[in-house]
Amino acid sequence: MILIVILIVTFLGAVLSLVSPQPGRAKWIALATSILSFLLSVFIAATPSLYNSGFKYILLGEMGITFSFGLDGISLLLLLLTTFLSPLIVLSAFRKTYRRPHVFYALILLMELALLGVFTARDGLMFYISWELALIPIYFICGLWGSTDKIKITFKFFVYTLLGSLFMLVALIMLYLATPAPHSFSFDALYAVSMSNEMQTWVFAAFFLAFAIKIPVFPFHTWQPDTYDIAPYQGSMLLAGIMLKMGIYGILRLLIPLCPDALAEWGWLAILLSVTGIVYASIIAIKQDNLKKMVAYASIAHVGLITAGVLTLNIQGLQGGTLQMISHGINVVGLFAMIEMLHVRLKSKNISDMGGIATKAPIMAAFFMIIILGTVALPLTNGFVGEFLLLLGLFEYKAWVAVIAGLTIIFTAIYLLWMNQRVMFGKPGDNLAEFKDLSTREILILSPLVIMIFWIGIYPSTFLHIAEPALLQLIGR
Amino acid sequence: MQAFWLIPFFPLLGFLVTGLGFRRIRGQLAGGIASMAVLLSFLLSLIVFFEIRSTGGSLNTLLFEWMKVGTLNIGFSFSVDPLSSLMLLVVTGVGFLIHLYSMGYMKHDEGQTRFFSYMNLFMFSMLVLVMASNFVVMFIGWEGVGLCSYLLIGFWFRDHENNNAAKKAFIMNRIGDLGFLIGMFMIFKAFGSLEYAVVFEKAKAFSIGDPTIVAITLFLFIGAVGKSAQIPLFTWLPDAMAGPTPVSALIHAATMVTAGVYMVARCNVLYVLAPFSLQLIAITGLATALLAASIALYQNDIKKVLAYSTISQLGYMFLALGVGSFTGAVFHLTTHAFFKALLFLGAGSVIHAMGGEQDIRKMGGLSGKMKITYFTFLIATLAIAGIPPLSGFFSKDEILLKVFEFSPLMWGLALAGALLTAFYMFRLFFLTFTGKFRGTKEQDEHLHESPRVMTVPLMILAVLAAFGGFIGIPHLFGGEMQLEKFLAPVFSFHPQVTEEVHAPEWMLLIVTIALTLTAIYLAYNKFGRKQSTEAEMTEPTGFAGVLSRKYYIDEIYDSLFVKPGLWLSTQFHKILEVKIIDGFVNGIGNTVIRAGNTFRLLQTGNTGFYLFMMVIGIILILFFNLVI
Repeated sequence: MILIVILIVTFLGAVLSLVSPQPGRAKWIALATSILSFLLSVFIAATPSLYNSGFKYILLGEMGITFSFGLDGISLLLLLLTTFLSPLIVLSAFRKTYRRPHVFYALILLMELALLGVFTARDGLMFYISWELALIPIYFICGLWGSTDKIKITFKFFVYTLLGSLFMLVALIMLYLATPAPHSFSFDALYAVSMSNEMQTWVFAAFFLAFAIKIPVFPFHTWQPDTYDIAPYQGSMLLAGIMLKMGIYGILRLLIPLCPDALAEWGWLAILLSVTGIVYASIIAIKQDNLKKMVAYASIAHVGLITAGVLTLNIQGLQGGTLQMISHGINVVGLFAMIEMLHVRLKSKNISDMGGIATKAPIMAAFFMIIILGTVALPLTNGFVGEFLLLLGLFEYKAWVAVIAGLTIIFTAIYLLWMNQRVMFGKPGDNLAEFKDLSTREILILSPLVIMIFWIGIYPSTFLHIAEPALLQLIGR
Repeated sequence: MQAFWLIPFFPLLGFLVTGLGFRRIRGQLAGGIASMAVLLSFLLSLIVFFEIRSTGGSLNTLLFEWMKVGTLNIGFSFSVDPLSSLMLLVVTGVGFLIHLYSMGYMKHDEGQTRFFSYMNLFMFSMLVLVMASNFVVMFIGWEGVGLCSYLLIGFWFRDHENNNAAKKAFIMNRIGDLGFLIGMFMIFKAFGSLEYAVVFEKAKAFSIGDPTIVAITLFLFIGAVGKSAQIPLFTWLPDAMAGPTPVSALIHAATMVTAGVYMVARCNVLYVLAPFSLQLIAITGLATALLAASIALYQNDIKKVLAYSTISQLGYMFLALGVGSFTGAVFHLTTHAFFKALLFLGAGSVIHAMGGEQDIRKMGGLSGKMKITYFTFLIATLAIAGIPPLSGFFSKDEILLKVFEFSPLMWGLALAGALLTAFYMFRLFFLTFTGKFRGTKEQDEHLHESPRVMTVPLMILAVLAAFGGFIGIPHLFGGEMQLEKFLAPVFSFHPQVTEEVHAPEWMLLIVTIALTLTAIYLAYNKFGRKQSTEAEMTEPTGFAGVLSRKYYIDEIYDSLFVKPGLWLSTQFHKILEVKIIDGFVNGIGNTVIRAGNTFRLLQTGNTGFYLFMMVIGIILILFFNLVI
């Protein structure tokens, strides 16, 4: 029931910000509701008896559509990630003067609602609706508050991902029709469908395409760097921090349980694409001057590893992938948040316009370094545990695949440390005369992220335990 | 001593205190806190050492469960056996002296709080590396020391030359780390565990030359090559001299760079099962020893000479490991920690007095103004050259002896390297401390002995460098090989019964000493007796020029990897990404739009045209129905 309360709170928050008489108040409404949702999620996580129960309301009985939401370990972790990051994303926008702020914050909350819907839906149609619902707010966030070329790029992003989801819709309807009459969209009914080999292959292809575009997996990724780049920072954080996890979550929730045979037959191809993406995107990231684009390519590489790892279907790969979804969300939001802080101060997001900041702003440099180390996957930071498990999972799948995927530990060090050097080190230039170190608000945004970087790195058991039963059940099927 | 896990905890606490409170903790206070933390670790290590020496057992503790996934169960656990207890003493002992010294050396640096917090973080990582009871916890320390090395090489981050050196060190280490990771995965696959105790016990059931074991040991060795700066991943270490000198002494001479040696020694059970890997290690070590020693002949930066010397000495340790003399390697690791730390700290004292000058061509005659530095540096130089009865003599002698039993040819080469060592070290010594001062007048007036806080560590290290070899006096001199006995529980696994080749010990010894003395005399003749150093002032030509340019290896790597890599990055983006993949995606989009534009033209609004099309359609349908 608390889960439904979270959904309702978020929805009400969105409505309230939208209709708030003073648009300036909207940010406080958004902050308060997102924090409330987070507290409620923590309460659920702390009460194990709560998170294995679900909520079900028969919506259209005769058509087998149920308003059904529920939680298991995987969903809970993503619920925590979403509600943890949302207040920070809201807070990161606080000092900006947007046009129509009430709409902006309402859209962020609406986005949160849709994401929560995807991660907790227990019904195929609810999943699909939430999935598409998430596209609308982000479309407007990018299209209305983005930078140059926003219309063209946002349109491409919209059409590309919509195309992917259409395949998913077709697959869902195919499955729905294959359920025993009266048909049902509920996950349990869909899991029970026995498919012919041929049908499974088609369902697999359709789902994989939808998820691969969303994640994005090489070579379906070309919408992503431009979109991350033109989006307002809050949009980039939502996209990279949370929204792309929809794709990986989809793999865990639908692809793996529904298409085991097709996966056994075609999984290698999906893994190959993902691993190719790791190397390919890493190499491109090295020479990017635009920080947002560098992080975008880095993100393609890192989620490529997650995708490859979960598709190995062994418990190390799955646990690593689930944990790394959380870690990646934290790190990438941290990076985007700090790039925005640099951008605001220097009026540029290009590395070539930076340098020598550590002298002027040691606290900022320290936070930047920690977040980079998390991304570089240094042991005792969050990146390491996930990456270790993912690579181990891949190694158990095929040793040489793990060796190629493992190149990421070298590449990430190359482009991030080089970037850190050019941004933070060296002699401070004239453009830094007025440069200020982090403000209290900025430290408030970054500190929770840094705490999580170390928590997951030092004591990952908290999170591994949450996901374990659900993942074991997944491969037990 | 169940509280032995506190050993790494003290420096961690020191790091947190100095690192987080860096606004309030200023100046000497940070150095004091940091040194105190390491001193506490040292005292605890002493207790642990004597306990293990008397009981002969090991200490184990599990702090908490770290990663438990499926059959993988990695505990955050520590264990100390004779080998690690010795390492603990070296790391904390030398570490403490260097911390103390740094309080003087870094006194006027505005970033000294940051310096000491990094140093303590390093001590924590290094101690975790040494005390780990499984491979993954070792990897925490392994990468942790790499991070601290990165932070400290680039400590003066305003200068991009330092930052480049730091980045290079981290990336080259990461290449090795990937090897280490793959090695761990193989171990987990083969043994189902990453705990040393389990792995080494199960490994004993494997036969010699088992391909799995060979593969595991080779991948682990890649990790060691990166961390301990062996061919082909050694070029980062000379650049690493960009960091403050105490860092070079602690990290890039005495402790971190020996981690590779420690790791191979730790896995001796695996390595003795893989003769091929051992041979490769021996060859790599020997080649590195010779290569680095030959480069050191023509270096003029006091720290660069010592850096190449370190690479070369690490080569000897690997040579020892390769011929199966694990004790010899650990022995040399220990004595090397003493005399090389002393050499670096002495060099730091010289650089300090010279106002930052590092070029030995501009020094000379420093013995008068800096008596303590001069005398202690001489002891260290004699020790590394292998003059009895100083520490380096015993450890190097043990290695050479074992190499002779393995292959007289390799012994000859190793001896040649040792002679080069004696030569370049005394070249350094004579050019720095004897003859006339060749620097500027200002420097001459500025010359002074370093303060007590720096010279006392020098003196203590000099005592260790002089007498440290007594822990392993061979039978030849009536010694009892105490070190070998102490380490025996760790290195006792010998599946292979080797033929006992008894080397003519006395003869080898006399040959070695005689030749070493000759090498020193040659150095004296060229650099000590004659006041002129004109030969050094001109740029060397011919092969000497190649040596002074370090065989152009940096340039080769640059044109082989760095430049093509950057080129590839640009081309991938420009051609593959934008033109091909995205071009294809946009092409589909444009085709749809163009098709829309074309078909739109059909909608003319002319009813007659629509009717006409309809009739044609019906005809076509009927036609196809007939045909099919």
